[in-house]
Amino acid sequence: MLIDWFTVIAQVINFLILVALLKHFLYQPVLKAIDAREQRIAKQIAEAEEKKAQALKELERFKHNNEDFDKQRNARMNTVINEAKVERERLMDKARREADELRVRLQSELKNEQQSLTETLINRIQEEVLLIARKVLTDLAGTTLEVRMTEVFLERLRALNNTAVEELKSTFASASGPFFVRTTFTLPGEQSTAIETLIKELFGQDKTVQFEVEADLICGIEFSARGQKIEWSIADYLSSLQKNIDSMLKTQLQTGVLNQADRHKVHNEQSV
Amino acid sequence: MNLSPDDKVFWQAGFFKLNATIIYTWGLMFVLVVGSRLITQHLSTEIKPSRWQNILEIIVLGINQQIEEVGMKHPQQYISFLGSLFLFIAMASLFTIVPGYEPPTGSLSTTAALAICVFVAVPLFGIKESGLGGYLRVYREPTILMLPFNIISELSRTLALAVRLFGNMMSGAMILAILLIITPFIFPIAMSVLGLLTGMVQAYIFSILATVYIAAATRVREPEDNKNDAENKTIKTAKKG
Repeated sequence: MLIDWFTVIAQVINFLILVALLKHFLYQPVLKAIDAREQRIAKQIAEAEEKKAQALKELERFKHNNEDFDKQRNARMNTVINEAKVERERLMDKARREADELRVRLQSELKNEQQSLTETLINRIQEEVLLIARKVLTDLAGTTLEVRMTEVFLERLRALNNTAVEELKSTFASASGPFFVRTTFTLPGEQSTAIETLIKELFGQDKTVQFEVEADLICGIEFSARGQKIEWSIADYLSSLQKNIDSMLKTQLQTGVLNQADRHKVHNEQSV
Repeated sequence: MNLSPDDKVFWQAGFFKLNATIIYTWGLMFVLVVGSRLITQHLSTEIKPSRWQNILEIIVLGINQQIEEVGMKHPQQYISFLGSLFLFIAMASLFTIVPGYEPPTGSLSTTAALAICVFVAVPLFGIKESGLGGYLRVYREPTILMLPFNIISELSRTLALAVRLFGNMMSGAMILAILLIITPFIFPIAMSVLGLLTGMVQAYIFSILATVYIAAATRVREPEDNKNDAENKTIKTAKKG
């Protein structure tokens, strides 16, 4: 007999015991461990997802902050640029004003200097001319400058026509004071007598003639009363000379300024 | 020559006896249970488990997956029974590499016992799943005329299970014994390797057939259940209306 029934029963019981033992020691623990691991992994994945979501949120926040920061920076930059522009304009205006003031002051100083130079030059020329004239007259004509000037002045008085004499006469008639004759030098007695005599002949005997020495008068003789005057001086000769000197000085100064500007420009270019 | 390890009796007292089949079965049970116990007492839920735990998990999950692929909804309910069938038969075959060992599955008593277990387990799981009436209705499908044939089918498949496993395992051991007498070198080793393969295939066949029978018993009622559920819902809705 191939089948032993006791063995069959024993094997059935053995198998059932084996099923129970394996269930307890193998399947349940292993399946539980697998489930626990799956749950753990699922939890970790969920946590990772949550962290990822948080990270994305943080990223968005940082991006947003960066954008805000950029906007603020740009706004501040624009403000600073505008303020710098305004400040630049202000400084430029100030510099321009100072430059203008300096230029005006320099021009004024230059003008004063020019004037002073002209005056010095004219005085010098005047002195030289007078000296030369005095010497020439003495050497060639055997007379002095004062005598010759008196003669010329007298000739000018004599040369007045009747209308002018009458007009002057009527003007002087209302004057109460004396006639004044001003000279740059003290007239010798002969010349002063000749002048006084001629004035009295022309404008009336009742007036007295008073002689004065006037240093400001440029080498000449001046006769005046009630605002009217007749004079002779070398000022007329000197005025044209003065004009020529003025124009010459101006030309020279302009040339000098231009040359200086050119030198300044060249210097700047070399510096650059 | 013994055809079955049942014939190798160590102790006997009337009906009770201790033969090689029972002793080797106990040995296999001891190895399986103690081995499982040793490995599972230090189970880890970490991401990276130990090697032994990994092997156990592969085996258990493999069995689970096989049961699921056959079409069972809750494989955890059946894994104890079906998994133990597979592991027992597989281990019985695997231990043939140990000299002097005879597989208990080479005894018709053992295979008959396993087949009887399946024979009993099928209606038990079927009744548990779909009730006694639901299960018994399976036998008159598709018509009542088929009832005797269904019962014969149930008995014959149990017999087939027992004899198939016994025949394969016994023949393997027998061929090996005969070959050892005829050609004691090399060739028996090749045959032993082939026997290992056959044993594994038989373990798979036995357990997968048991799974299919149980699945058939538990799945038959499902469409009707669904239909009944739908009808109940319709009645409830009508009553409410």
